[in-house]
Amino acid sequence: MDQVLSATSFIVIYGLSYGVVLFTISVGLVVTMGLMRVVNLAHGAFAAIGGYIAVKLMSEMNVSFPLSVAIAVLIAAAISVVIERLFYVHLYKASELDQVLMTVGLLFLAVASLNLFFGPNALSIKLPEFLAEGVHLFGRSVQSYRLFVIACGAALMLILWFILDLTSFGAKLRAAVDNRGMAEATGINVAQLFSLAFALGSGLAAFGGAVGFAILPLEPMYPFKYLTLVLIVVTLSGFGNIKASAAASVLVGLIETAGRYLFPAFGAFIVYFIVIGILMWRDRRLFLGWVGR
Amino acid sequence: MTEFALETSNLTLSFGSLHVMKDVTLRLQAGARHAFIGPNGAGKTTFVNLLSGVLVPDRGRILLMGEDITHQLPERRVKLGLARTFQVNNLFRALTVLENIYLAISEHRQASRDMFSAAAHRRDILERAEKVIERLGLTEDIHRRVSEIAYGRQRVLEFAIGLSLEPKVLLLDEPTAGVPSAEIGSLLDTINRLPTETAILMIEHDMQVVKRFAREVTVLVAGEVLMTGSPEQVMTSEEVRNVYLGQSGYERFATNTIGA
Amino acid sequence: MTAPVASNLLSWHKIRPAESLFWVLAVAAFFAFPNDLPLGTQVLTMALFVVALDLALGFAGILSLGHALFFGTGAYLAAFISLGGWHEPISGALLAGCAAGLLALALGPLVVFYNGLPQIMVTLLVMLIGYEAANKATWLTGGDDGLGGIELDPLLGIFRWSVYGQTAYLYALVWLFVIFALARRLIASPFGVALQGFRENRNRMLLIGAPVKWHLIRVYAVSGFIAGIAGAVSAQTAKFVSLNSLSLNLSVDVLVMLVLGGVGRLYGALLGATVYTLVHHFAAEWNPYHWMFVIGGLLVFVVRFARGGILGVLEAVYSRVLAQFRARAG
Repeated sequence: MDQVLSATSFIVIYGLSYGVVLFTISVGLVVTMGLMRVVNLAHGAFAAIGGYIAVKLMSEMNVSFPLSVAIAVLIAAAISVVIERLFYVHLYKASELDQVLMTVGLLFLAVASLNLFFGPNALSIKLPEFLAEGVHLFGRSVQSYRLFVIACGAALMLILWFILDLTSFGAKLRAAVDNRGMAEATGINVAQLFSLAFALGSGLAAFGGAVGFAILPLEPMYPFKYLTLVLIVVTLSGFGNIKASAAASVLVGLIETAGRYLFPAFGAFIVYFIVIGILMWRDRRLFLGWVGR
Repeated sequence: MTEFALETSNLTLSFGSLHVMKDVTLRLQAGARHAFIGPNGAGKTTFVNLLSGVLVPDRGRILLMGEDITHQLPERRVKLGLARTFQVNNLFRALTVLENIYLAISEHRQASRDMFSAAAHRRDILERAEKVIERLGLTEDIHRRVSEIAYGRQRVLEFAIGLSLEPKVLLLDEPTAGVPSAEIGSLLDTINRLPTETAILMIEHDMQVVKRFAREVTVLVAGEVLMTGSPEQVMTSEEVRNVYLGQSGYERFATNTIGA
Repeated sequence: MTAPVASNLLSWHKIRPAESLFWVLAVAAFFAFPNDLPLGTQVLTMALFVVALDLALGFAGILSLGHALFFGTGAYLAAFISLGGWHEPISGALLAGCAAGLLALALGPLVVFYNGLPQIMVTLLVMLIGYEAANKATWLTGGDDGLGGIELDPLLGIFRWSVYGQTAYLYALVWLFVIFALARRLIASPFGVALQGFRENRNRMLLIGAPVKWHLIRVYAVSGFIAGIAGAVSAQTAKFVSLNSLSLNLSVDVLVMLVLGGVGRLYGALLGATVYTLVHHFAAEWNPYHWMFVIGGLLVFVVRFARGGILGVLEAVYSRVLAQFRARAG
């Protein structure tokens, strides 16, 4: 019984923290996809940028963890504004295929650049002292880091809720997600909104990459490696639906962790099957209706 | 008792608390020339969308040649003999007139399953396409791209596509919309040359067109049928005048002034 | 790169003289580079794969990021067939191709039902499942080590498979030619015209009664079949199958090849495969990350400036030259 409790708590805590990192990284994409309808396969690059900057600041310049994260997020957001104006503006009216192709190209460029600046090796995971301590929970020693990440996720949800539900920026954003034409007609500067939303999304991703540096280790292939998982979260959550993306991220995090722990032979498989299953289930009525007739 | 070409009974649709269609009942015989009029927002295009399958009603039935199509997919309805045209041209703009019609005929004849013979060697499709094009007076533009021909001619192409599907019932959604007044006359002639066996339901705002085309008129107001009758009956009705035409509209009408 | 739909749909069946260029060059290469035939064979099998992708993606607009599933299925099956004792190459390849085609047919309804990102995800996930399955089943697939020991009877009973790869090259070339000719016929048929119509105005196609989804499933199945043949021929000529044939890596590579050459033009597929495979081969000594710079830059450039890929650029140059020529002559 102890074993089951211990295993469950492991899966829950590690799965949850994994899911939270996924959430932070993916939520930006959920927002930008919902708003700009752009399939952005290069999104993970900003998470990587955030992570790399934060880790480098901590390890080489001895900057504190919170400050490193903050600086990383700001730099990533700044870079994203430039990238958006240079490349993404051309994609808003483009076909899906064009979007996929260009963002895949940007993805490759990002990976190659990361390698150029930071070298091909994965960064070592050295947690700052106050996070490396173990906390005793359910008969296990859990890194307080994991709990810290979960707390960050909860805080983030609150902040996002605040921004989206209580500020005028959020209101405009939601209006534009709902009905772009009408939003424009009411005088909302959609181009500016897009840039801001893109910066927000990229900043969030950077936050995830920075805070989650010990869960998702940083290496040049980072944006590529976690692309599938991020896309899974986005697909499961639908356009611009943040609450659903939180649920989806946690679900994926838990399944991944549980799968690796309980069925190491199958590993990644399980998530893929489950995702397809969820997609089919979600659309079963439409699907059956179409096939049946 | 002859089967109606198209019949709806108690067609009802709401979007939340907004009732867009309420108990609309309509009967069209083969060869009908029926106009659907009403103020903006009355639900005329919604009706056509329900008929063609773009929308599904909350209640009520739609029967095509006696067969219940209320929940059928749009593609199925086309196969069963129901075709529609669009208020705003919905053509294959980068393709030529011939290719547009070729597509329609090819689908209608199930020829699109043919993965082997060259498209240009299907004389059966090409001959039928040429006939339709000739009948509707589009021969001059046959090899021109849609984006390059006059808007009025594009409207005619809309009909041509509808016709190519050899429908039993043809729905025309504001056929004269956006057409320069100089071209309306020839457009009307085209409509009058449509096959006599086809039942045609036309949504229109232009009363002159309605007068020249319709044998029967239904007035739709706020999603409900106000009345159905001959053009004369409708135009002289007090109710209709009050709700739709308004006093000045009625007078303009009754004195038969044509704008184009 | 939804390539602007050509509006001479009804004359696609006419064969233009310029088309023979590729085939003539391919035969010439056989004589000109006798020591590089294995590389040439690789080009040809990749070209076949890219043709398959062009049908699904370029002509039917199905966003498939997981097409390697069918290539890999064809490859592994061809290997199994040979290892199982059946050494006749042509029938072996056909069988493997049919299996891949059936797989595509089975997956078709699921893939075609979705559009946009969900569609990409479904194709991606299914391929990843295939990859993981092959990865875990090392007893069957050899896992990371790959599957070797493929033996084949002499082609048509006469042509032996030599080390220099002459038979292999011609074998691949004939397969490519035959299938390409069939694909070309498909595009020029009423079915092909309907596909173009779908690309041009999806909504209207539905409303003229086109069973659009069924058309798409059919193209997807044909595309899977062709990709399977490509995989099978690749396995048969290289006498080896690796996990790479089922990988995301390969799926992305063929996508890049197609885009590079020009989407939706069939010949673009041939061009892109040739250029990419050759350049990649010679850049192989490079740091793989530098190669990513090149591909990334190329993709961004093509989407932004050179829609229609290399073929598009060539066509533009050609028509401009022709216009100048006419202006001077006239």
